[in-house]
Amino acid sequence: MSDVTRMTASEIAALVARGEVSAVEVTQAHLDRIAAVDDRVHAFLHVDAERALAAARAVDERRAAGEELGPLAGVPVAVKDVFTTKGVPTTCASKILEGWRPPYDATIVERLHAAGTVMIGKTNMDEFAMGSSTEYSAYGPTRNPWDLTRIPGGSGGGSAAALAAYEAPLAIGSDTGGSIRQPGAVTGTVGAKPTYGGTSRYGLVAFSSSLDTPGPCARTVLDAALLHAAIGGHDPRDSTSIPQPVPDVVGAARAGASGDLSGVRLGLVAEFSGEGAEPGVMAAFRDAVDTLTKLGAEVVEVSCPHFEYALPAYYLIAPSECSSNLARFDGVRYGLRVGDDGSRSLEEVMSLTRDAGFGPEVKRRIMIGTYALSSGYYDAYYGQAQKVRTLITRDFTAAFEKVDVLVSPTTPFVAFPFGSRTADPYQMYLADLFTIPTNLYGGPGISVPCGLSEGLPVGLQIMAPTMADDRMYRVAAALESAVGTLTPPEL
Amino acid sequence: MSAISREEVAHLARLSRLAVTEEELDTFAGQLDVILQAVARVGEVVAADIPPTSHSVPLTNVLRDDVVQPCLNREEVLAGAPDAEEDRFRVPRILDEDEPPSPRGEGVPAAEGKA
Repeated sequence: MSDVTRMTASEIAALVARGEVSAVEVTQAHLDRIAAVDDRVHAFLHVDAERALAAARAVDERRAAGEELGPLAGVPVAVKDVFTTKGVPTTCASKILEGWRPPYDATIVERLHAAGTVMIGKTNMDEFAMGSSTEYSAYGPTRNPWDLTRIPGGSGGGSAAALAAYEAPLAIGSDTGGSIRQPGAVTGTVGAKPTYGGTSRYGLVAFSSSLDTPGPCARTVLDAALLHAAIGGHDPRDSTSIPQPVPDVVGAARAGASGDLSGVRLGLVAEFSGEGAEPGVMAAFRDAVDTLTKLGAEVVEVSCPHFEYALPAYYLIAPSECSSNLARFDGVRYGLRVGDDGSRSLEEVMSLTRDAGFGPEVKRRIMIGTYALSSGYYDAYYGQAQKVRTLITRDFTAAFEKVDVLVSPTTPFVAFPFGSRTADPYQMYLADLFTIPTNLYGGPGISVPCGLSEGLPVGLQIMAPTMADDRMYRVAAALESAVGTLTPPEL
Repeated sequence: MSAISREEVAHLARLSRLAVTEEELDTFAGQLDVILQAVARVGEVVAADIPPTSHSVPLTNVLRDDVVQPCLNREEVLAGAPDAEEDRFRVPRILDEDEPPSPRGEGVPAAEGKA
């Protein structure tokens, strides 16, 4: 038996279904791999071997009983620590939730269990999903398996690094401004942000409710599509969940793997011509577009004049929503409480708890949001940002009248060294330059590896209209069939 | 010209219930200034007649059937709290001792139900 940790999720599931390997053996192999490499990578905040092995045994028993197993049964999955998991620590990489064990599972987690996947652990992230490097985790950063001196992206750097380090074949992320796609790009893995409302937010600890979108992370496009299909679809417990079936993302990924893109119109955004991006990233991107053209796609340049205002609009809207959402961390219902010695008022205890429990980026965003929502500034900041959001949506709508999907680099730069963007927080925000417009519009986007620059992975982003997630999987799978997957150096 | 002063940051911290230190104030004042000057660019867009978008999903008044659903287990919920007492979250003192009780506060002792 070759090493199961190097296999794709669909290969593992097929072997488990045929009884050629047990789910317990698959889980144990990944636990062994985590034990061997995670002291260097630090992708995980919590690994529960006993619970994972018990879940794997349950899958093996179902198979022994003759039950039909789903397409991902027996496959280990790593879950970003921003999703509630019943009885399993959920910290959002924050000190304010240290030791908290939620009393319920997120819908996404329930669906992972129902699909027979094995939750192997909770992954590291920027605190409350605010950041682009995992350097804002209160528990120390995750390191990029391609180069341990560099960031794995963020906020979902732990999920992406777990895939690239072969610690898990599948992972779950959440994408508010690029937190699935950007880590995917810089670790040479696949990350998809579904249509907003296409995956349930119930049990996803809220950062920016109008933007937060759970989604799949994997090493291949087909695996991402299988995971997307397993977790997606309507959830009555999320009032913004779209009451429609998930588009046929798995069928689209299989169709795209044939490498034929005849009749597909690709839009190049004129405003994303390379300003602010590294030349090596733009070169890899242009090569990928050439490849897609050779596969039969037609390339059309489109203009999205308001995209240049997406970054400032996002960094008003997201902090505004965060300042409201994070008010729930008040030292009363969960996690940390500081200074409650009987002499202090509720308000003092709350303020001391929040100052001790939140890290600097979370505090900055809460204060920016509080500022943008305060009377006298509301119209100029939050109100204006919401109008810009309308204009960006109109840009997308107009572009999708001319083309089927839009393509761009996923990130302006390859994985950067630790510490190089923390001194000036706005420099960190620029990592989301290409991913943010999609979040403001609400459509789906995927990052797929397209090549290397300076020996480090570069991702191609494919953006599609809302509820046309299948289109991006077709194009992504076609590119993958032509350029292959990327293999990092041995750890 | 700076967009925000150190005093304004101190005010924001109070509104946000963040007991920031003097040292934090110095750091945040400079950083928030850079961020606010950058995001203020949204003001360049002419958008007076443009309706705002709060949300990308065109759903309103999403209702569910009025059917009783199981709720969270009280013991499990309280187990995650920093402090609990008599099946409730215990909170620090809300009223200052030298502060006269508000009119609404008059009903509090009876409502505590400790007797």
